[in-house]
Amino acid sequence: MQTIKSPYNFRGGIHPDYHKELSSGAAIKRLPMPAVLSVPMSQHLGAPAKPCVKAGDVVQRGSIIGEQNGFISVPVHSPANGKVTAITDVSTASGRLCQAVTIECSEAGETLSMSPITLWKNTDRDELRARIGEAGVVGMGGAGFPTKVKLSPPMDKPIDTVILNGAECEPYLTSDHRMMIEHAKEIRIGAEIIRYILGAKTLRIAIEDNKPDAIKAMAEAFEGIDGDVAVTVLHTSYPQGSEKQQIYAVTGREVPRGGLPMDVGCVVENTSTTFAIYEAVVKGIPLIERVITVTGDAVAEPSNLLAPFGTSYQDLIDASGGFTNAKAAKVISGGPMMGFTVSSLDTPTGKTASGLLLLSKKRVTQYTSQACISCGRCVEACPMGLIPSELSQFIEADDAEGAEAISLMDCIECGSCAFVCPARRPLVQHMRRGKAIVMAKRAAAKH
Amino acid sequence: MENLILQSFIWIGLVGLVIGISLAVAARYLAVKEDPRIGELTDLLPGANCGGCGFAGCADYAKAIIVDNADITLCAPGGSECADAIASYLGVASKSVEKMTAIVLCSGDDSNSKRRFDYNGISDCAAAQATAGGDKSCSWGCLGYGSCARVCPVNAISIINGLAKVDKELCIACGKCIAVCPRKLIKLVPASAVIHVLCSSKDKGPVVKKVCSTGCIGCRLCTKFGDEGAFIMDGFLAKRDYSVAVTKEEVIDKCPAKCILKD
Repeated sequence: MQTIKSPYNFRGGIHPDYHKELSSGAAIKRLPMPAVLSVPMSQHLGAPAKPCVKAGDVVQRGSIIGEQNGFISVPVHSPANGKVTAITDVSTASGRLCQAVTIECSEAGETLSMSPITLWKNTDRDELRARIGEAGVVGMGGAGFPTKVKLSPPMDKPIDTVILNGAECEPYLTSDHRMMIEHAKEIRIGAEIIRYILGAKTLRIAIEDNKPDAIKAMAEAFEGIDGDVAVTVLHTSYPQGSEKQQIYAVTGREVPRGGLPMDVGCVVENTSTTFAIYEAVVKGIPLIERVITVTGDAVAEPSNLLAPFGTSYQDLIDASGGFTNAKAAKVISGGPMMGFTVSSLDTPTGKTASGLLLLSKKRVTQYTSQACISCGRCVEACPMGLIPSELSQFIEADDAEGAEAISLMDCIECGSCAFVCPARRPLVQHMRRGKAIVMAKRAAAKH
Repeated sequence: MENLILQSFIWIGLVGLVIGISLAVAARYLAVKEDPRIGELTDLLPGANCGGCGFAGCADYAKAIIVDNADITLCAPGGSECADAIASYLGVASKSVEKMTAIVLCSGDDSNSKRRFDYNGISDCAAAQATAGGDKSCSWGCLGYGSCARVCPVNAISIINGLAKVDKELCIACGKCIAVCPRKLIKLVPASAVIHVLCSSKDKGPVVKKVCSTGCIGCRLCTKFGDEGAFIMDGFLAKRDYSVAVTKEEVIDKCPAKCILKD
């Protein structure tokens, strides 16, 4: 099984301290089923699912509790056997308010699964796509884009390369890392299914060079596979896991401005999503749980927990030995670069949250930001080739149009600019604010 | 040598003369004829160029009145005086303009309401609102980061102890603060009204009490003890109906949450 070293390096990027050793050696542990789950209806990009159960209903693990609501949407399934106690409004990690189905979990019972499709190689592709949609599979790398839609590119965009995204470039996070070590065989089958559905010739497994054990495990699991398949070892750099940057690092192709990977014949799928595809197709199990890394210097036993969606952060912390002597000063859902700071430990987990970061006062600094000193470090760091200094000055002056004219909408909000800024400017917040103003103007213009 | 200098002077002089004559001709025959009434009407307007009328400055509003028959009562800073002046200039009947003012319907400052986390970001209310729903424990109340104060063209808004307050005397009711508030807390009310319900929380009483000591708990006492129709309920929130005057000022003392205040 070939292992290629990537000859390309995307421009910019940063090299933060990774701290992955806190949890990279911890084997995946299944979280004992919590007493209560609060399953959000919005765990994906697109319209939230519509609850189709009410208080008092008995639900089965794997049964549908939220119906797909539109084309860019997926159904939500119950991760537990039990009884629905309420339909409430919850604040998810991103701060968005959505409905959630609260389930009082009972002891083990049968999981409601769909019929396994073991002979997927001879199954109609559209049937496989429908199965992936019915199982509620979305991009688990963080974006939460419905996978069925991603695997249904239009006829005029043929796909020749499938890339498995095993970069996991955010510091602290190790859930994909452990998945690749412990479930490489299932990921292989999932990858073959993706390749079959898209009719792609080339398959590349992209892994950063800071994960030699995962590279070895994946290379071994893919031994003997037919076709043009290889593990591409990527230079460790943030944001290597970002789609556009990864496509360039693996293939040398540049996704055009405002375009999508399919415009250059590629589709990128996260390794955990690939595993979920295997489960949905071969075992008929819908997406109801995922591995989440609970780590940071404020938690006693950093671990990689396999937890059902709707688990509260408090339950995850309790299962990781609780807080250390230092109580967490900051709680982040996701990684430290693009994750969301949350204000309540009652926040429930979802399909896209791969990490829970608990940082003590020692690791958190509150900065007073100053004016831009035009040092240019942000320009060096930006992987999209933008000018964050100018963009933030435009937005600070409430000139969103000026910012739009110098490519504000191409910003991927990775945070590399804010990371290097010596004036400690909250650059990503400026970008988000500017983008919100531009989007509001565009929406108003439509009417 | 001298010839060269003299020649330069003559040539440049000639070119200057030609350009000067062209400009004079152009000024006469290519001039854009503007209706002189537009300029005269512009002079009658306050000249603040605040945009409150919905047009791009006073000259644009004057043009809209002359050319498009725009409503003559749109100038809030100008008020009745201005509407009367425009009406008499145009020779039409005047319409009365009630002086309006903006008011922030929230009384939760940092001493009587809570913050649920330390917000360390841009001092902008929309940006704070986008960060985990805003750092105020009450999801309806004023965030106090001053976006309204910054956008006010006459500096009528101050942030005092984390709460925005509009100075009625300075406010020209242009509406810019109303547009920028992400929680839609600021309302345009008649300047003659002095009694207001300073709360916008639609949460139930017990929920409100947990996060703010001066929030409306929906007890409805104001509807009983106030003038008939002056206070109306919107779910758990009391609101003022400004078309009804308040004569029974004892309603202020009856309110248990102390959120009815006199200006």
